[in-house]
Amino acid sequence: MTHKAETMDPQGPPHVHHMDATTAYGAAKLGMWLFLATEILLFGGLFCAFALFRWTYLEEFHQASKHLNVWMGATNTVVLLISSYFAALAVDAAQHGNNKKIVTYLSITMLCAVGFLVIKYFEYSSKYHHGLSPLNVEFNSPEFNAAYKCFFGLYYCMTALHGLHVIFGMAILGWVISKARKNRFSERYYTPVEVGALYWHLVDLIWIYLFPLLYLVG
Amino acid sequence: MSHHEHNETDSHDNSHGNGLGHIIPKSVYALVLGALIILTVITVAIAQVDFGNWNIIVAMLVSSVKATIVALFFMHLKYEDPFTWIYAVIPIFLLIVLIAGVFIDNPFRY
Amino acid sequence: MSTAASTAPEVKKNYLNDHTGIWSWIYTLDHKRIGIMYLVSLFTFFFIAGLIALTMRYELMHAGASGLLTPKQYNVAFTLHGAMMVFLFIVPGIPATLGNFLLPLMIGAKDVAFPRMNLLSYYIYIVGAIMALVALLNPIDTGWTFYTPYSIQTGQGVVLMTAAAFVLGFSSILTGLNFIVTIHKLRAPGMHWMRLPLFVWATYATAGIQVLATPVVGINLLLLIMERTMGIGIFDPKLGGDPVLFQHLFWFYSHPVVYIMILPAFGIIGEIIPVFSRKPIFGYKAVVIASFSLALLGFFVWAHHMFVSGISDFSAATFSIITFGVAIPTAVKVFNWVSTMYRGSIRLDTPMLYAISFIFIFMVAGTTGIYLATLGVDVFYHDTYFVVAHFHYTMQGGAVIGLIAGLHFWFPKMSGKMYNEHIAKIGFVLVFIGFNLTFIPQFVLGMHGMPRRYFDYPPEFESLHFVSTIGAFMNGLGYAMAIFNLALTGLFGKVKAPRNPYDSLSLEWQTDSPPIHDNFETTPIITEWTYGYGTPVRDGTHH
Repeated sequence: MTHKAETMDPQGPPHVHHMDATTAYGAAKLGMWLFLATEILLFGGLFCAFALFRWTYLEEFHQASKHLNVWMGATNTVVLLISSYFAALAVDAAQHGNNKKIVTYLSITMLCAVGFLVIKYFEYSSKYHHGLSPLNVEFNSPEFNAAYKCFFGLYYCMTALHGLHVIFGMAILGWVISKARKNRFSERYYTPVEVGALYWHLVDLIWIYLFPLLYLVG
Repeated sequence: MSHHEHNETDSHDNSHGNGLGHIIPKSVYALVLGALIILTVITVAIAQVDFGNWNIIVAMLVSSVKATIVALFFMHLKYEDPFTWIYAVIPIFLLIVLIAGVFIDNPFRY
Repeated sequence: MSTAASTAPEVKKNYLNDHTGIWSWIYTLDHKRIGIMYLVSLFTFFFIAGLIALTMRYELMHAGASGLLTPKQYNVAFTLHGAMMVFLFIVPGIPATLGNFLLPLMIGAKDVAFPRMNLLSYYIYIVGAIMALVALLNPIDTGWTFYTPYSIQTGQGVVLMTAAAFVLGFSSILTGLNFIVTIHKLRAPGMHWMRLPLFVWATYATAGIQVLATPVVGINLLLLIMERTMGIGIFDPKLGGDPVLFQHLFWFYSHPVVYIMILPAFGIIGEIIPVFSRKPIFGYKAVVIASFSLALLGFFVWAHHMFVSGISDFSAATFSIITFGVAIPTAVKVFNWVSTMYRGSIRLDTPMLYAISFIFIFMVAGTTGIYLATLGVDVFYHDTYFVVAHFHYTMQGGAVIGLIAGLHFWFPKMSGKMYNEHIAKIGFVLVFIGFNLTFIPQFVLGMHGMPRRYFDYPPEFESLHFVSTIGAFMNGLGYAMAIFNLALTGLFGKVKAPRNPYDSLSLEWQTDSPPIHDNFETTPIITEWTYGYGTPVRDGTHH
C-alpha cells in the first residue's frame, strides 16, 4: 500500500495510506527500538550461559581466554566505535538533507565493518592453526579439556552470531547507501538512514560487552 | 493521526529539522567518540589490575558507561520519549532477572 | 473504497469482496484478511493436534496396550500434540487471529502500523509450520519441552523441529512489535489510553511479552542445535555441561508464554461480559493494572517448572513464593468480571455462555496452580496428571474457550452473517461438559500418582481414564460442532448481520458488518469511554 509520491515530492516521505508522515517516522523508530530490545535479549541468553560457565570453570576460562589476541580484539573495538561515529554523522547529514555525505559516511562505516570481519577472519584462522576451532579434529576429541571446549564453544557462538549481525547490518546500510546515491533522502524524510543507523549501533553495543568479557576477564 | 503534535523531541532547541528527530551538534559526536576510545584504553588497562571476584563487575561497569553514551548520543536516546526509554531499559532488567535466577540456583546447590 | 448501495441488488463492498481471487488473499495487506488466514491455518493444526490427542485418549481408555500405538509411537504422539498445540495454535492464538482483525478497528485505525510486516509474520508462521511438519518425518519423542540431555542424543528430527520453533518465534515477535507500535501511534483522535477497550490493553501486555520473552527461547534452541552439532558441552553433563541451564533458558520464555496465551482471552472476557450484562466493567483501571502486573510478574516465576529438576532449595523456595503472587492479578480480574455481572441485565447468548464458563474454569485452573506453586505439594504432583489437568484447564479451558467465545461474539462483524444460536449452544454444552469430564478425573488421577507421558498404567486407574476418554470425545465433538457451525455459516450462511447486533459501545461495532477495507468511512473521533452501558457516559459527560 505504499505509493511513492514521485510526482509530488521525490525526496519526501513515501505515501502510506494509513498514517501521516510524522506518525510513520515515529512508528518506524519505535519499531526499531523494539526490535533492538529483542536482539539484546537474544544475545543476553548467551551472556547468561557464559556467566554460568565462567563461574563454574573460572580457572579454565581464565586460561582459555589467554589464547585470544587482546590487541586484535581491542582494534576491532575501536574499529566498531569509529564505524558507529560515522553512522551517527550519516544521520546528521540526512537531517541536513545532504545525500552525498550520507553516502560518504556510511561507506566509511561499511569499510570499518569489512575491516572488522577481516580481523575476525584472521582471529578465527589463527585458532584453526592452533587446533582450537570446531573444524579441528583435536577440538572434537575426548581428550580436549571439557571446560576449555565450553569456553571456546561459547566464544564461537557469541562472536559468530555477532558477526552474522555485522553482515546483516552491512546489508541494511548497503541498501540505505543505494537509496542515498539516488538522492532519495531529505530533511523531510530520512527514516531508513536513522533506523539503519540504530541497528548498526546495536552491533557496536554488543561488541562493547563481548570484548572485555571474552578477551580480558575470561 | 496527528499532523503536528508535539513530537518526542521538539522542545527548546532551535535545531529542529521539520519536527522530525532532534539534531545533535557534530561536536558532541566527536567528544563521545573520544570518550569511547579513552574508555576502551581504560578497559584494557584496568584488566591488568586484579580485583579478584570484582574483575568482571569492573569490566562490565566500564562497558556499561561506553554503552550508555553510545545509546544516549549516537542513538539519540537522550531525546526520545519515555516509551522508547522503557523498551531500551527493560531488556537489561530482564537479563538481570534471568542471570539472578540462575545464580540463586547453581551456586546454592549441594 | 465503499460504494453506496444506490440500487437494491448492488452488494456493498467490504473487505471480503472488494478484491477477489486467490492472489488478492495471498498478497493482501489488509489486517482483517490476514487475521482470517491465520484463523484457517491455526484451526487446521488445532484439529490435527486434537485428533492426535483423541488417539492418545483412545490408547489410555483401557489398561494395557490397545494395539493402536506402540509405546514409542505414544511418545511421539504426545510430543506432536504438545508441540503443535503450543507452537502452531495457542501461541499465535488469539493475537494472530482476533488481535489482527480487531486491533485497528477498536482503536479507530485503518490498519496496523506495518501491514507488510504483518503479512510477513503470517508467511514466517507458515514456513515454520511446514518445517515442523517436515520434522515429523523423523519422529521426535522428547516431549514438546525438548529437555536435555535426551534431546541431544535422540532422533534426527530435533534439529529441524527446534529450528521450526525458532522461525515461529520470529512470527510471534514481529506480530507483537507491530501491535505495540500500532497501539502507540495509530489511535484515532480522542482514543486516550484510559478509553481503550480491555481487549486492546490485553493485546498490548501480550505483545510486550511476545517481544521480550521469545528471543530467550530462540537463543536456547540455537544453543541446543549448536550442542547437537558442535558438542560444546553447555547442556550435556557428559561434557561438563548443565542440563538444567537448558530448562532455565527454556522456561524463562515458556512461563511468560502462558501469559501470551491467556491475557488475550482475559481481554475477550472483559469485552463480552459488559456487553451481555449491560453494565460497565467494574474496576476498569484495576483490570488494566492487573494485566500489566501479570505480564511483568510472569517473568519472575519460571523455575516453578523446575522444582524437582535439581535446583537449589533456596531458589525453589524463592520461586515458590513469587509464584503465589502471580495469582493475585488474575483473582482481581475474576472479581471484577463477577462484579460486572452483579445486578446486570444478563443475556445468555452463546458468547456469554462461554464467558461465564470461562470464569468457572479459570478459577479451577488458577487454584490448582496454587497447589503446584506450593513447593512441598509440587514434589508429589510434578509430572503427574495433576499438572496435565492444570495446564489443560488454563490453556484449553482458558485460552481456547476464550478464543471460541470471541469468535462467536465477533462472528457477525467478521463475516457479516449471524450463526445459528441453537447449534452454537449445543456445541457449547458438549464442549463444557466434555472438557470437565475429560480433566476432572485427571486431577484425581494425578493425586493418586498417575504419571504423565505414560503409555500404560496399573489397572486401578482404569475407570478414571475411561471417563476421561469419554469426555475427550465429547469435547472434540463439541469443538467440531462449534467451529463447523461458524465456518459453514461464514461460507454459506444467509442471515445477514446488522452493524451492532449486541448493542456494544465499542468502536468496531460502529462500522459495517463486515467492515470496509479501510474499516471506517471517516476517521472516528472518540468522545467517551467504551464501557458506558447504562450510565451518564452516553451523554458525553464522563471521562
